[in-house]
Amino acid sequence: MNPPVIELDQLSVRLAKREILRGLTGTLKARTIGLLGPNGAGKSTLIQTLLGFHKPASGTARILGYDVRQQAMDVRSLVGYMPENDTFVADMSAVQFVRYMAELSGLPPEAALERAHEALFYVGLGEARYRKLGNYSLGMKQLAKLAQAIVHGPKLVILDEPTNGLDPPARLRMLKLIEEMRDSGTMHIVLCSHLLKDVEQTCEEVLILKGGRVVQISNLEEERRLNQRFLELETHGIRNGFVDAATAMGCECADLGNGRLKLILGEGIEVRHIYQLAAERELQLRRLSQRRDSLEDIFLRAMSEN
Amino acid sequence: MAVYKRTYKAYAGELTPQWSRMLVIPRYAWANLFQQRMLVILYVISFFYPLGAALAIYFNHNTAFLAQYVPVPKDGFFAVNNTFFFVFTTVQSSLGFLLASFVGPGLMSPDLTHNALPLFFARPLSRGQYIVGKMLVIGGLLSTFTWIPGLMLFALQASLAGGEWLWNNGWIAGAMSLSFLIWITVISLLAMALSAWVRWKIIAGALMLVVMFLGAGVNQMIREVARSEIGGYLDIATSMGRIFTELFDIGGENPMSLEEAVAAVVLCTGILLWLILKKVRACEVVRG
Repeated sequence: MNPPVIELDQLSVRLAKREILRGLTGTLKARTIGLLGPNGAGKSTLIQTLLGFHKPASGTARILGYDVRQQAMDVRSLVGYMPENDTFVADMSAVQFVRYMAELSGLPPEAALERAHEALFYVGLGEARYRKLGNYSLGMKQLAKLAQAIVHGPKLVILDEPTNGLDPPARLRMLKLIEEMRDSGTMHIVLCSHLLKDVEQTCEEVLILKGGRVVQISNLEEERRLNQRFLELETHGIRNGFVDAATAMGCECADLGNGRLKLILGEGIEVRHIYQLAAERELQLRRLSQRRDSLEDIFLRAMSEN
Repeated sequence: MAVYKRTYKAYAGELTPQWSRMLVIPRYAWANLFQQRMLVILYVISFFYPLGAALAIYFNHNTAFLAQYVPVPKDGFFAVNNTFFFVFTTVQSSLGFLLASFVGPGLMSPDLTHNALPLFFARPLSRGQYIVGKMLVIGGLLSTFTWIPGLMLFALQASLAGGEWLWNNGWIAGAMSLSFLIWITVISLLAMALSAWVRWKIIAGALMLVVMFLGAGVNQMIREVARSEIGGYLDIATSMGRIFTELFDIGGENPMSLEEAVAAVVLCTGILLWLILKKVRACEVVRG
């Protein structure tokens, strides 16, 4: 059985005499994991702790089964990291820089050069790969950071705000790349972002932090599946025992007034059965919508509950 | 991850040994450095003295050829002894310092200017390995015209002079190697510390000269005004010179005791290392 991607067990981190992460506990297993939280929630500190940049004050964290403190070098061999801020060597060309990073990760020089070219083509910087990084635009720098994060073929890629400062087309391109990487099935991705849409589009599981604590771990796939069971109906006319019949079928119904109903579909019941029932009872369905409990709802709920 | 397909594929090839990865740092730095013409010229000049010394040793032992043109003393032109290698060490150390002043400023500042350190430390590379890797940039460069040719000269002299000379003077090889090792270590650390704290290369290079010569000036001033040798702790060049004279068993008046010189060098090394470690971090922790 594969170990979880991230395991946190009462992980606390203190920086400059302040407790930044407070007893984080949780297990994340999905291929793409979103890390969410308001500013100052501790997202970047958590990432940096996972990379071994900060020592935990107490508790443990494991990445793919390796303890981040005891086996930091093993962890770093498995991980690719794309930081949030500008991080590059301005005097180097992109291909030189990505090759340099690949060699530091342990690739032999020839393989590193080959992979550097491939990674830069993959992220869309093929034509600009001989230009100095100092002359790159912000979007190109982001792509170069992505290239250096994946060049050595890591098992886990940690992307810290990858769409920061990108214009809409560049943002879409970055998200497409992340989706492609996810779908390649060769790596796990941790995406740290304050843009809920980006996380919703790419991630299967989210960890929500607030004030240095875990407020929710949510499996988005499961949430999406569950959401499909929730219906909101707007009816017109006499109901003719529609609610009773739906309840008898195995649905849970709630009358919201003004002809509006809320239904939770029972096992084996599909939306078409509701249409059939309405037709039999000659009930007009003016609107039928499946609940779309977006990540924003989950996030806001998590924030308000805590 | 074929280019034409543009699809991601993980790397499945062999990896280099963990210990060898810090050697990637000097390799890339050297490739970059030798693109500078000025450095190449300086580097070539650094080999003049060792080549001249090698020729001098050779002709000192093959006087028959020279005897055709000039009168040759019975015991050769000069004695190849501790003084000969002390002069060699002093000359090459000075050249090494000059080269380090040229190379040093660009050692770490490019990595720090745009926060590239997290990318280094997100890989299987420790802070210690990073620092050693950077030290090797200067250390490796300086080694090629300091202790390596020094030992080659020593071997040449030993092969020409015979076993008795080697038996009597074997310690000189140790003294020379140790002197260069101390010098290269301190110079590398000084260059790295200045490169880490001063982003402007020209200023960092100038500061290297200032640290060396200002220390000597302040030492002299304190000696004249306060009649105290405490200024020696600020004068790295004098402290190291004192250690060199002791190692090479060169007599003469020494204002500083050996213990004081060693203490000054250790203190200086400690401070430089502390300064480097303050800057070489994956991320800054904002206090307050």
